[in-house]
Amino acid sequence: MVSIIEMSCVEVWREISNYLDQELSPALRERMEAHFKICKHCSAVLDGTRNVVGLVGDGKLFQMPEGFNNRLYKKLQKLP
Amino acid sequence: MAQPQLTANEAELELIKRVRGGERDAFYELVHPYERMIYATAISVLKNSADAEEVSQEAVLKAFVNLSTFRAESKFSTWLLQITYNEARMRLRKARPHLWESLDEQGQGEEGDVSPKDFADWRPIPSESLEQNETRQAVQKAIDALSPIYREVLILRDVQHLTIRETKTILGISEGSVKTRLHRARLLLRDLLAPGIDGFGIKGQSYRKVRPW
Repeated sequence: MVSIIEMSCVEVWREISNYLDQELSPALRERMEAHFKICKHCSAVLDGTRNVVGLVGDGKLFQMPEGFNNRLYKKLQKLP
Repeated sequence: MAQPQLTANEAELELIKRVRGGERDAFYELVHPYERMIYATAISVLKNSADAEEVSQEAVLKAFVNLSTFRAESKFSTWLLQITYNEARMRLRKARPHLWESLDEQGQGEEGDVSPKDFADWRPIPSESLEQNETRQAVQKAIDALSPIYREVLILRDVQHLTIRETKTILGISEGSVKTRLHRARLLLRDLLAPGIDGFGIKGQSYRKVRPW
């Protein structure tokens, strides 16, 4: 059996973002997963953070104002 | 071919050649796919739609004038967004010199941990919820409330899905700073967008859901 060194909640929070971006070593990832299984608070932080990343990243925010492309095109046409 | 992800793609290089040969319309073709990215990068610094549009236009004109300096060592889009980011910062510096001073000091305060304040369970957020104005405004407001250094990284990484490498080039910061700032931005945003209001300390009030997730 592989023994996993337990992590504290603070250590887990520190790596939540890297965990979501898959920027962690397999060993650290495994320790995080072991912690999420037993810690409701950290699971909630993980789920919430994942939700936020999904929410801001789904392409509906920061849409260009209407007519943006036309105005830009016209500016380019006016260049000397 | 070494590090193909770093080189501008061939179609773009072809367009650049045409622009250098005097075909101005080829330049519009070149920047057109990146319009939204340019706009989002500008608004990440300026927060204001009208300013962001003006700076976007200035950045594109500047890119046109300086196209001969593009060396294809980075992606064309990264180069373009770097110009946009610098233009936006310059605009801010002119408009609000006091704010600029505090921006320059922002390297500080990145040490230490961010502790989440809210531990409520989130329901998965359906993508359609952003089609509702109210939700979109709540998210927008929360992003606006972040400090500039966190907002900029969040918009480049999580809104525009740029890589860590592209982000660090555009912002001129280290890879470690990109990761730290993004981490903080996400946790802060998560607290700002928590599904409810904790009635802690208010008699007879418990956690009350105020958002659809």
